[in-house]
This record gives sequence, structure tokens and C-alpha cells, in this order.
Amino acid sequence: MLYAILCYHDGNLVWSWSKEEDAAVMDKIGGVRAKLTREGKLGASLRLMPTTAATTLHKNQEPPLVIDGPFAETKEQLLGFYILDVENLEAALDAARQIAAVNPGGAFEVRPIAVFNPDERSGVAVKT
Amino acid sequence: MNDLAWINAALAAARPQAVGALLRYFRDLDRAEEAFQEAALRALKNWPKNGPPRDPAAWLILVGRNAALDGVRKDARTVALPEDDAISDLDDVETPLAERLDGSHYRDDVLRLLFICCHPDLPTTQQIALALRIVSGLSVKQIARAFLVGEAAMEQRITRAKGRVARADVPFEAPGPVERSERLAVVMAMVYLIFNEGYSAGDTEARAALCDEAIRLSRLLQRLFQTEPEVMGLTALMLLQHARGEARFDDAGEVVLLEDQDRRLWNTELIGEGLALMDKAMRHNRPGAYQVQAAIAATHARARTAAETDWAGIDALYAALERMQPSPVVTLNRAVATAKVHGPEAALAMIAPLEARLSGYFHFFGARGAFLLQLGRKSEARQDFNRAIALANTPAEAAHIRRHLDRHLSDVE
Repeated sequence: MLYAILCYHDGNLVWSWSKEEDAAVMDKIGGVRAKLTREGKLGASLRLMPTTAATTLHKNQEPPLVIDGPFAETKEQLLGFYILDVENLEAALDAARQIAAVNPGGAFEVRPIAVFNPDERSGVAVKT
Repeated sequence: MNDLAWINAALAAARPQAVGALLRYFRDLDRAEEAFQEAALRALKNWPKNGPPRDPAAWLILVGRNAALDGVRKDARTVALPEDDAISDLDDVETPLAERLDGSHYRDDVLRLLFICCHPDLPTTQQIALALRIVSGLSVKQIARAFLVGEAAMEQRITRAKGRVARADVPFEAPGPVERSERLAVVMAMVYLIFNEGYSAGDTEARAALCDEAIRLSRLLQRLFQTEPEVMGLTALMLLQHARGEARFDDAGEVVLLEDQDRRLWNTELIGEGLALMDKAMRHNRPGAYQVQAAIAATHARARTAAETDWAGIDALYAALERMQPSPVVTLNRAVATAKVHGPEAALAMIAPLEARLSGYFHFFGARGAFLLQLGRKSEARQDFNRAIALANTPAEAAHIRRHLDRHLSDVE
């Protein structure tokens, strides 16, 4: 079963981390990623740029409106996600717990993936 | 990250909004700061125990405001407010109040807070110091280190600057659109000054922190003014310049020129974000000086080797910048690009009229010396390099020119 673990946190806060704090967090996450990869569970993992770099195409009119910024300006922002290939929800939650353990706060939404179109060339595909 | 580090990061992130709202509430900078300090102290006690609040800024605004009012009431020997444990995690009754308190005013609060630091009577270094203290919440010690002055001297400087700002007439009603954009322009200039203060003189950690802080403030401005392409340009400009940070100095702390830098040391993440912001800004078709400068930085960032640099493009961008923001320094920078495209002769002609205005400017003599050297006019080049050394702002700048002299002109008297 494919799951996405969507990482939400206060973007304002995360982008206030010092370089050292950020590196320390990323380092610990790297350890968990390596472990999950060894266990054959981890596909792509992505960190998103701050929402200030985002643009949203809003189809509430024709032609759709292109607006600066994220779809919704909320405190908790989607900061990145992991694609997992695991047995069941318990296993996905277990991975989410490991990821959460090395993160200072935040929320980790475990969301089953309905359709997955891997791009073989990019090498980010999950082996199923 | 342990509790304390997390709370400190949360306090830093919430600070501009919280102090800005408290300032609007109390209309007094000292009281706003004291209220925030008090709220921060309570957060340090309260948050590890009760967990972080959903909205740290709103929590700090409420607790800060109540603490200050509490103080007033105690003075007046009346009943104190409930313990702040009671509002440790803003319940549903408190949340709308908090939103009323800051939501609609958030943007103008933060802008006002930054704007009062830009008081025109204050020299730019004091504006920067004040903003770092009040808006960013850096300690006096940190700021003193960044400016290479003693802590006591910096304390005095900030106190004096604060006094001047406090006496100034800051309008507290919401600004109109014209005033808002004027304030934004002033504040952006100040944010870029903070960045340059950190960028210009080197690789010490305390100064690099100023670059990080300027980028953080710029991202904050961008969240407040999402559709303003110049803010995107400013953020992009700083990200693209900061991306070269690691490559700008060698192990001995000496300056490494752009064309000699090891481009593998450039931070690709920051470059990626800077380029993404440039793309966003361009869509608006409203060019401005920050966007053009960012475009110049982006042109450098896109070149995988120094030889690949699109100097003709950079020359054209500087020409655009000259029209938007005429200044001898811009022309001098353009001359460097012109020298690459049309040769040093053309560059010398371009900067000849600038000498009177740039006679005290390190980079003028450094650049002219280099043009003269390329033309083989060695003794004139040597003269200019010597003047540059005398005008150097930092030992690293002087050392750089000295190495240049040793390498190319050791045989010229």
C-alpha cells in the first residue's frame, strides 16, 4: 500500500530556525530516511520551498486566476512529504512516528495514495 | 531541538507580529517591548509544561497585554487578572478576541514596527541596530558583535535611537495605500541595509547572522505583500547573493572574487529559491531596482563557470538599473560588465566622469586599477591599487588588492 506522509508545521517558525538548527534537524531526518530506505519502504521524499515562493492557479473563474502565494495562507503549512510503500496503516504510522520523533513539532498526515504515476527516469519511483 | 531551542525559535518567529500588535495597543515602544518580554518569560515557564499554544503570536499578544494591564491594575490596587495558565492554550472564547486583536492589523502592525526604526534622523547604522533589537529581538551583545563595537557602546546607541524614535510622531491609524507603499519602500531599503551590513565585511558568524535575519524579514514582508514584485525581487536578490557566501572567502579569510570562486560551494537551495522568486516577479511586468539587481545576481548564478557568464546581459541590466536609479556606483558596476563585453578601454571611458564623486571609494580604484592593468598601463594601475588599499574598509579588502599587486605588479615601481 502506498502512503504519503504530509508534513505540516508553522512555516513562519521553521523558516526562523538558524542554519545550525535546520542542519541538525535535517541531519536527524536523514538518519530516519536512510533507515526507511534500507527497509525498502521509502520512495521519494521532498522538502518544499517556503510558501513565499509559491504561485497558485485558481480555477474559480475563466480564465483561471494566477495568484501569488499558497492556496490557503494558514499557519500550518505543507512543508514536505514522503512517499512510503508499506504493508498497512500501522506500518505507515510507525514510519510517521519515526519521522515525527526527529522533528521539533508539527503534524504528520498519513494519507493513502489512490493513483501513483512514477517517473522511471527520475529515479524517484517506489518499487511496488 | 530541545524545548528551549524550540521556544526561542517560536518567540523569534512571533516577535514582529506580537510586538507590532502590542505597540499599536499601547502606542509606546517601551511598554510594548516590556509587555512582550513579560509574555516571553511566561512562555518559557508555561509552554514546556502545557505544550505550545496553537498560535504563539496570539498567545504572546494576549498574555503580554494582560500582563501589562495587570501591572497597571496592581499599581491601582485593584483586582488582578486570572493566571496566564488559564489562557495557556487559547480556548475558543479567546481565539476570536486574539484575531480581532491582530488579524486585520497584522500587516500594518509589522510594517509600522519596521518603519519606526527607519526614522530619517537616525543614521543608517542606528536604524539597523534598532530594527535588529526591536523587530528581530537580537540581544545587544549579538548586535554589538556584528558591528564590532563594545556592548556598552551599542547599548547606549540603541537607547539613544529608541529615545529619538519614541519622541517622533508615529501615526497609529491604518495607513492609506500611498503611505503604505512609501513605508514599504523605506522598510525594504532598511532590510537590504541589514543584509549588506552582514554581507560586506565578511565571514564572521555574527555578521552572517545579519544576512539570515534580513532574508527572514524579507520573507515576512513578502507574506504581508504577496503580490508586490519588488519584495520578491529583494528576497531573491538577497538569497542569490547569500548563496555565494561559502565561496566568497578562502580558508585564510581572504576575499575570493566572483570569477575565481569555486561554484560548487554555492548553495543550490538558496539559488533555486531565488530563481523561483524571480520567475514570480517577472510575471508582474512591473520592473524595479531590486528585481533588476536580482536579475543580475541570477545571471551570475545561472553561469556554471565564470567563462559562461552572460556579460552582455549583465551590461544591459546595469544600463536598466542606471536609468531607474542613477548612481556613480551603479555605473562603476556596469563598467565591469562593459569591460568584459567591449574591453577595458570602453570601461575606462565610462568611469572617467565618476572620479570626483568616487574619490573616496575603495572599489573605484580597485576596478580602475584592474582596467589599467589589462591595458598594460602598469604604473598607473599600481597607483590606483595603492589608493584602493588606503581606502579599504576591511583588512580582507586590503589584503586582496595587495595580493593582486604582488601577483601582477611586483616588477613595477
